[in-house]
Amino acid sequence: MASHSVREALAAFRRAPGLAFLSATSIGLSLFVMGTFGLVAYNVDVTLRTIERRVEVVAYLRDDVSAAQLELLQSDVISFPEVQAITHVSKFEAMRNAMQQLEEFRDVFTDLEMNPLPASIEIQMKPDFRDPTSVARVADLVALYPFVEDVRYGREWVEKIYQLRRLGGAVAAVLGIAFAVVAILIIGTTVRMAVLARREEIIVMQLVGATDGFIRRPFQLEGFITGLAGGGLALLLTYAAYLAVDGSLIELEWLPPLWATIGLLAGGLLGLVASDAALRRHLVTYG
Amino acid sequence: MIKLINVYKEFPRSGLALKNVSFHLRKGEFAFLIGPSGAGKTTVLQLIHMAEQPTDGEVRVSGNSSNRMKRRDVSKLRRRVGMVFQTFRLLRDRTAAENLAFALEVTGARRSEIKAKVQRLLAQVGLASRAGAYPDELSGGEQQRIAIARALIHDPVVLLADEPTGNLDERAARGVFELTRDINSSGTAVLIATHDLELVRRYPQYRVIELAEGAVVYDSGDSDGVS
Repeated sequence: MASHSVREALAAFRRAPGLAFLSATSIGLSLFVMGTFGLVAYNVDVTLRTIERRVEVVAYLRDDVSAAQLELLQSDVISFPEVQAITHVSKFEAMRNAMQQLEEFRDVFTDLEMNPLPASIEIQMKPDFRDPTSVARVADLVALYPFVEDVRYGREWVEKIYQLRRLGGAVAAVLGIAFAVVAILIIGTTVRMAVLARREEIIVMQLVGATDGFIRRPFQLEGFITGLAGGGLALLLTYAAYLAVDGSLIELEWLPPLWATIGLLAGGLLGLVASDAALRRHLVTYG
Repeated sequence: MIKLINVYKEFPRSGLALKNVSFHLRKGEFAFLIGPSGAGKTTVLQLIHMAEQPTDGEVRVSGNSSNRMKRRDVSKLRRRVGMVFQTFRLLRDRTAAENLAFALEVTGARRSEIKAKVQRLLAQVGLASRAGAYPDELSGGEQQRIAIARALIHDPVVLLADEPTGNLDERAARGVFELTRDINSSGTAVLIATHDLELVRRYPQYRVIELAEGAVVYDSGDSDGVS
């Protein structure tokens, strides 16, 4: 029974290789658009994550903070569930950093009789807590300590990054669904043409008592293989686009293997679903 | 064996095709289903073949009721109900033997069993020497014989024939009809839908069910049609 399905599905490609090529190419192109978008979405995500990693809360300390108070603050803050790591920057280190980073003001800093820069605690957030609410919560808690002069964390930036990521996710979902529908329509049409071309055969199968599953399987397999071929083509085209852009225009990262595998299988799955939907209508009755 | 009980069939576009049709075709019986075009003969055959469901009433075939029939059981039932058409419905890209073998392949028969069965059936319909011929190389009568052989491939309890001689000249028609009588004499019930009244008159011993505008207007009932 299974060998019949494989034989018939392969025979369908032999009977109409042009049609099979055309549909695999159409699916490939529509999945390629999806692939390109996936590549862009992935790289935007990677960039945003890099920026996000820099999200930190800086607590500036009063000059009269004692060593015991500093230790208390550090041990308290590191125990917050949102906090990944803390770094203490002393007044001296702050001055050294400023002189390194703002070289043109080196003379100004050197002429100063006393160091005006405050000591601080830099608080790095855990990856899951880099959203505006968690960052603000930690900042508010730290600000409660009387020897903390000021707390900064770039509220606007944190919110913007968070919004961008959510927007990116929504756009990816909408476009993903749209292109999946296009691919399903293309495969559905292809299978419908194959069904029409073999209508008499299907009718005879129904007449002599072949089960629906038996009739359907070769078409499902055909749809799956076509979809898989389209997925493979889309992957190749996306990789070509990646090679063309990477390095020459901007630095890009290639999709992780899991994404590529899912893309490929999604092609096959789309083919299966589309052929099944196209066939269901033709199996109601013969006539 | 086949029972239609107060069957109504309505099609969305063409309206009521059958009105309160009831009859009982017994095991091994031979019957003609007659009536003008559009009387509902084909609809009756399609209901028995479970290609259509009655709008109201019940169709019983070999212990299966249209009211309780599941889709996956229909294919199994069709192996017990052979069907032939006026247009033969043979696959043009396959030889006579391949057309028969196809009917066995698609129902999961073993290869060893297929060859023997195809040869036996070709011999039964008198076409053993035409096994390798394509439908277009066969006469109308020969094509209908192949279609009948295909309908018999699963040893059905009944053979349904929708105007089987409609496309044939008189000699070929007679040959095909004699073949259906042979099949009936071996125990298979036969129900032939036809508007060929001459044929019906020639065999008064067989039961006649007459349809007009979707209703049974005459049923000779229990004749000596039971083999």
